[in-house]
Amino acid sequence: MTTPLLSLRGISKSYGPIKANQEIDLDVAENSIHAILGENGAGKSTLMKLIYGVEQPDGGTAVWQGEPLHLASPAEARRRGIGMVFQHFSLFETLTVVENIRLVVPGRKAELTERIRTLGRDFGLEVDPLAHVHALSVGERQRVEIIRCLMTNPKLLILDEPTSVLPPQLVEKLFDTLRRLRDGGVSILFISHKLEEIRAICDRATILRGGRVTGHVDPREHDAHDLARMMIGRDMPEPMPAVATEGGDKQLEIIGLSYTPDDPFAVPLSDITLSVRAGEILGIAGISGNGQSELAGLISGETVLGREQHDRIFMMGKDVGQLPAAARRKLGFAFVPEDRLGRGAVPEMSLVMNSLLTAHSLKLVNGGLVDKSRATAFTNDCIRDYDVRTPGPEAEAGALSGGNLQKFIVGREIMLAPKLLFVAQPTWGVDIGAASAIRRRLIALRNEGMAILVISEELEELFELSDTIQVLHHGTLSQPLVTRDTKAEEIGRYMIGASPMKASA
Amino acid sequence: MSLFASLPHLVRRQRASLAATLIAPPAALAVAIVLNLILYMIMGRDPLAVLHAMVLEPFLSWASFSEVLLKTGPLLLIAQGLAIGFRAKVFNIGAEGQFILGAIFASAIPVWFPQATGGWIWPVMLLLGAIGGALWASITAFWRVRLNANEILVSLMLSLVAAQFLYYLLLGPWKDPAGFNFPQSVMFQYDAMVPTLIAGTRLNVSILIALALSIVAWVFMEKSFMGYKLQVGGLAPRAAGYAGFKESRAIWLSLLIGGFAAGLAGAAEVAGPLGQLQRSISTGYGYAAIIVAYLGALHPIGIIISSVVMAVIYIGGDNAMVSANLPIAAVRVFQGSLLLAYLIAVAFVRYRLEWPAQTSAKGSTP
Repeated sequence: MTTPLLSLRGISKSYGPIKANQEIDLDVAENSIHAILGENGAGKSTLMKLIYGVEQPDGGTAVWQGEPLHLASPAEARRRGIGMVFQHFSLFETLTVVENIRLVVPGRKAELTERIRTLGRDFGLEVDPLAHVHALSVGERQRVEIIRCLMTNPKLLILDEPTSVLPPQLVEKLFDTLRRLRDGGVSILFISHKLEEIRAICDRATILRGGRVTGHVDPREHDAHDLARMMIGRDMPEPMPAVATEGGDKQLEIIGLSYTPDDPFAVPLSDITLSVRAGEILGIAGISGNGQSELAGLISGETVLGREQHDRIFMMGKDVGQLPAAARRKLGFAFVPEDRLGRGAVPEMSLVMNSLLTAHSLKLVNGGLVDKSRATAFTNDCIRDYDVRTPGPEAEAGALSGGNLQKFIVGREIMLAPKLLFVAQPTWGVDIGAASAIRRRLIALRNEGMAILVISEELEELFELSDTIQVLHHGTLSQPLVTRDTKAEEIGRYMIGASPMKASA
Repeated sequence: MSLFASLPHLVRRQRASLAATLIAPPAALAVAIVLNLILYMIMGRDPLAVLHAMVLEPFLSWASFSEVLLKTGPLLLIAQGLAIGFRAKVFNIGAEGQFILGAIFASAIPVWFPQATGGWIWPVMLLLGAIGGALWASITAFWRVRLNANEILVSLMLSLVAAQFLYYLLLGPWKDPAGFNFPQSVMFQYDAMVPTLIAGTRLNVSILIALALSIVAWVFMEKSFMGYKLQVGGLAPRAAGYAGFKESRAIWLSLLIGGFAAGLAGAAEVAGPLGQLQRSISTGYGYAAIIVAYLGALHPIGIIISSVVMAVIYIGGDNAMVSANLPIAAVRVFQGSLLLAYLIAVAFVRYRLEWPAQTSAKGSTP
């Protein structure tokens, strides 16, 4: 075996009492696509931050092309030939592509424009160098990020969950780019928790669990089931079977809703029509930033329609378009928002006080005063029933991990016993076990006759949950597609706007 | 690397410790005292004499301590009202104007009915004053809710308007006809004065009212659902929107409470130690109360302590002006440096300094 490009031995990193990485060994070969596989919280991000110089390890050694490697900063990492594309893009929306790249890469504008075009042709990363970033799709923005890394001629490119923002068709295209890069002499560290993708593209895989390496495998020699077991340390729970139900009352109906937000960067919605019946789950698919947050605000009542918009949104049969959030909740509506900290929960307040946020209607307030003992009892029930890992009900919400806080918020809203439950991104940042528990719970509630609306970026999740799927793209909603008669590719076509012209953009 | 990269930067702490939160105000007070003593030394005064006059003398005689408590009253009232708004992130900076309007509203009774008698007069005056302050604050609330006009600017500018309105009254319709053309109202009749608490001092019942309202403020903020809603709005406005707590209601409530308390303080001042409406009814209570509120960590109990501290600075500063020949600006400088020291202290409660990593030392552990 030849000298690996990057070789880590015994790398460890702790944050206070939390051991994020323990004794990590990792060899990345030249010209390979190497997967780092693990659940949320397994230590993938920490390891990448150590390799990219964002953080320094507490112990262990790193060897880069046969020489010891000590990185003090990402800038040094880039000089040594390590580039990274983060999950969340760092581009200035009001600048053009080439202007964004010029912030990092020295050179004349005309020359850079030419290099962007060349790189685009060579690696299938087509993007207009003179376009403004705010006008680009998510896929194009990702290409800009990759090009920006490639401009510094890296030997190793780290991609953090690169497919999480892409529709299925563009995933294939990204993989094509990655294979071309590998053949062109760039090794790739590919971070993901999606097993099929890793089997499709990676030559090697290192599996992390609880901050430790649990295996080095060739992913093509194992099926997804094997990989999942290595990743979560036990068998995957079975999904909850959905009982066929007669369509109940329409608990949510939106008819021909168009809405132009005040914020110029927000997505206008046009002619949205949907309905959710009791005993039914409707899933809304689509890549974030296509109007999801605008639609969610209009349904929850955080955004209210103007007086001229009558008969657009109905809940439990009532026109609620002008009703504020509190009034909609009184009708039997509950909502889990996509952002937990600062919206679904107040980070500086205890879990008890966060229970009060929406559960005050369950007699937790008595004569205008907070009934502390009832609120604490409610919180304890929620912590127990939804397996929230926390020191206790008095812990600050901000001190909980993302997944545990999500379990708390989902639990709190379900305990309100709503007629209509709206969950945006039910399992973002939640580990596989807890995610599957949340999904089972949602299906059980559906079987009991609750109307549930789910917005999610994860197609697999929507296929597991929904009776019907509609796709949101550029502020318009597709017709309803019955899940069991629909293929993922079909949803994917709607996700990128159906017409072949737009698909190549 | 550049100079900038070698400087330390602020890193947010995971959570602020209770001990640090409690230590911050006294630490700030100590730092402010030391800084000001150095300043007095540079000015050529004897720092120990100033310290004695400022910090000790207010406690040395019952007469001067009763004056401290007298000043505590309005500071405590205003600061409790303001703190409720500040915790909801509604920044009413115009308590001074609301204080003046309270004084004017309360004065209406003795000015228009100087012959009236009866035990009802002073309570009604206090109530009128509170209403006047709340009305003045409601102008700010209205524009904030209606046009999203910044409440800091509106309330602050309205304080200047209130002062001019006061001058107009004193130079015009409300001037005492037998007052040798001085800009002041008639002296109030006996029944228009808040009863004195201890014979021989100017201390009156309003300090008890202020303490009682402090307890009410504590119950409101710590126990009531309404106070909880205000805090949610202050800590996480989007969570308040998500839960359906109306922002406009929080703004109205915060400003009305702040105005009510400041107006009450203004009424208690004219119906107490002053006994008439004058140009100089307030020595910056409305602004000093902002410092009091923050120095008390916006907590009703903390504010009781910090209002006494601030009152001592007022009285002690007066003493020092006489005995140590300090300029009148000294008290303001002290207040200002105290606020500054406190803000810095609070920053360190929530953040810590982190020096750039020593790159050679790390990463090579065997």
